[in-house]
Amino acid sequence: MSSVLIVVEHNKQKLKMATLKALTFARQAAKKLNTQLNLLVIGHEVEAVAKQLQPYGANTIYLVEDPAYKNYTAETWGHVTAEVAKQCDAVLIGINTGTTGRDLMPRVAAKLNAGMVTDLIDFDGDLFVREMWAGNARAFIEVTTPITVASIQGTAFGVAEPGGTESSITRLEIPVPKTKTRFLEIRETKSDRPDPTEARVVVSGGRGMKGPENFKLIEDLTDLFNGAVGASRAAVDSGWISNDLQVGQTGKTVAPDLYIAAGISGAIQHLAGMKNSKVIVAINKDEEAPIFQVSDYGLVADLFKVVPELTEALRKEI
Amino acid sequence: MKILVTAKRVTDPDMKIKIKEDGSGIDLSSMSFKVNPFDEIAIEEALRIRKDKGGEVVVVGIGSDKAQTEIRYGLSMGADRGIHVQVDGYMDSEVIAQILKSIVEKEQPDLVFLGKQAVDDDNNQVAQLLAEYLGWGQACFASKIEVNESKAIVEREVDGGIEIMEIDLPGIVSADLRLNEPRYPALPAIMKAKKKELQTLKPGDLGVDITPKVIVKRMAEPAQRKGGRMVADVPELVRLLKEEAKVI
Ligand SMILES: Cc1cc2nc3c(=O)[nH]c(=O)nc-3n(C[C@H](O)[C@H](O)[C@H](O)COP(=O)(O)OP(=O)(O)OC[C@H]3O[C@@H](n4cnc5c(N)ncnc54)[C@H](O)[C@@H]3O)c2cc1C
Repeated sequence: MSSVLIVVEHNKQKLKMATLKALTFARQAAKKLNTQLNLLVIGHEVEAVAKQLQPYGANTIYLVEDPAYKNYTAETWGHVTAEVAKQCDAVLIGINTGTTGRDLMPRVAAKLNAGMVTDLIDFDGDLFVREMWAGNARAFIEVTTPITVASIQGTAFGVAEPGGTESSITRLEIPVPKTKTRFLEIRETKSDRPDPTEARVVVSGGRGMKGPENFKLIEDLTDLFNGAVGASRAAVDSGWISNDLQVGQTGKTVAPDLYIAAGISGAIQHLAGMKNSKVIVAINKDEEAPIFQVSDYGLVADLFKVVPELTEALRKEI
Repeated sequence: MKILVTAKRVTDPDMKIKIKEDGSGIDLSSMSFKVNPFDEIAIEEALRIRKDKGGEVVVVGIGSDKAQTEIRYGLSMGADRGIHVQVDGYMDSEVIAQILKSIVEKEQPDLVFLGKQAVDDDNNQVAQLLAEYLGWGQACFASKIEVNESKAIVEREVDGGIEIMEIDLPGIVSADLRLNEPRYPALPAIMKAKKKELQTLKPGDLGVDITPKVIVKRMAEPAQRKGGRMVADVPELVRLLKEEAKVI
């Protein structure tokens, strides 16, 4: 029987929350296409990740382990994904979006002669929906190949709850391919805060922050909620904050319950990454700033005065 | 070292687009165009590598005759020559990657540099597809690159921070925002670029089938947010967040 196959993104110990959003999509898609649902965990000593997924009712969790698969590369993981996709007769292969998914999936598509949909937000069983032009156009897409490959935009899907019968884990041996790239190291951003794509509250700072030291104001505010810090491109380009916190068309897409933008003008490219947040608060000293056109609550003020004031006021409320 | 770079013609990223009434696409009649900002970064990086290592930078553009404007822009930045593959109408990422593959096979560059995504269709696929079609390695979302004779060390912007990888040459690199700041061509360079070689080819010359597999059937406006409400001060904001929005 044909299947929907989801590649599991994890940090070597735990699956990423975004995988559970991809799973929500995959459950819907498997129902619409009347196929099985399978998951694929790739890595080295990652059985624990596969086990975390057992309560989610997939038909099979494929586990492919090898020291050579420990650190992600597009060549190795792409090879494994394509091989497993063939073995389980996958007609739709997906992964949550992010730098791994976007790097990996076109390679898989090329190997399988499949058409690819980047960052899909909906699928009616026939057409896929995704956004283009920095979120300003919604495109309805037909894929004419027998197999479709996709990255899945997490903001469009809720986190899957456990359900269905416990999945079995099937180990597969996939010989390691010859590659032309090698992983050397990762300089991870050290932070105790959640990723902006996973947090319930995101507080972002822009050029108006004027310097890296002032991000302390953002951190104090977001920490009240165990929230995440985000940033505009201008703040990242200035070197005030790490690249992986950039929210926008070409950074991360977030949709938290509460998004607070301080000292951010609201360029098209920034809005693309946060316009689907439930509640948006904008703090900007320029009343003409475009961010106010999308914010539910706008406050024209000097952020250096009102952000600390807001933190103090909220501290009493929560 | 021979480097192939791409220059896609895209709508000005700072202009607001309008979708045609019938949903058949974007109304391009009042738009201005420029080279995809990520391609501009790729071109800049290629020029810097050429300065260091010598060699040649070839700019490729695929599209209607108008796409030559963006190729010329790459030439005015300092690239040596251009190749225009003339295609009218819609192409998917696969078609673009197939065309590029055939050009790579003809030109045999040591490195192909592309923007990580085009800011119009936001697909983020071509570099990766091309790498697989060629059987080459890929280093996508590059924020730093150091080229040696047969290898390059590339820093990549990834979700958790910066990843460092090594790639054999020839190879494919896609540029992220912080790789460099592209130069602005000066007037003499723009004049000089008009005389540089620009070859035009057709997909048929390259033996590439340009039937797309991923087809945009229609387009619609995304749901618009109703924003714009202002609050007077912090106490009012806190009250509304609590009582109305109920997020605290
Ligand atoms: C190819 C491309 C991709 C891009 N991708 C992204 C992306 O993914 N994400 C992104 O964010 N941008 C992106 N951009 C950049 C985007 O176009 C804007 O340049 C950027 O978002 C601006 O950042 P900003 O709002 O912080 O800075 P600015 O536009 O300079 O705005 C700063 C704001 O701070 C306000 N301010 C200053 N001081 C104070 C104060 N004391 N109190 C209150 N307010 C104050 C000002 O009034 C102003 O509105 C991209 C651009 C391109 C070309």
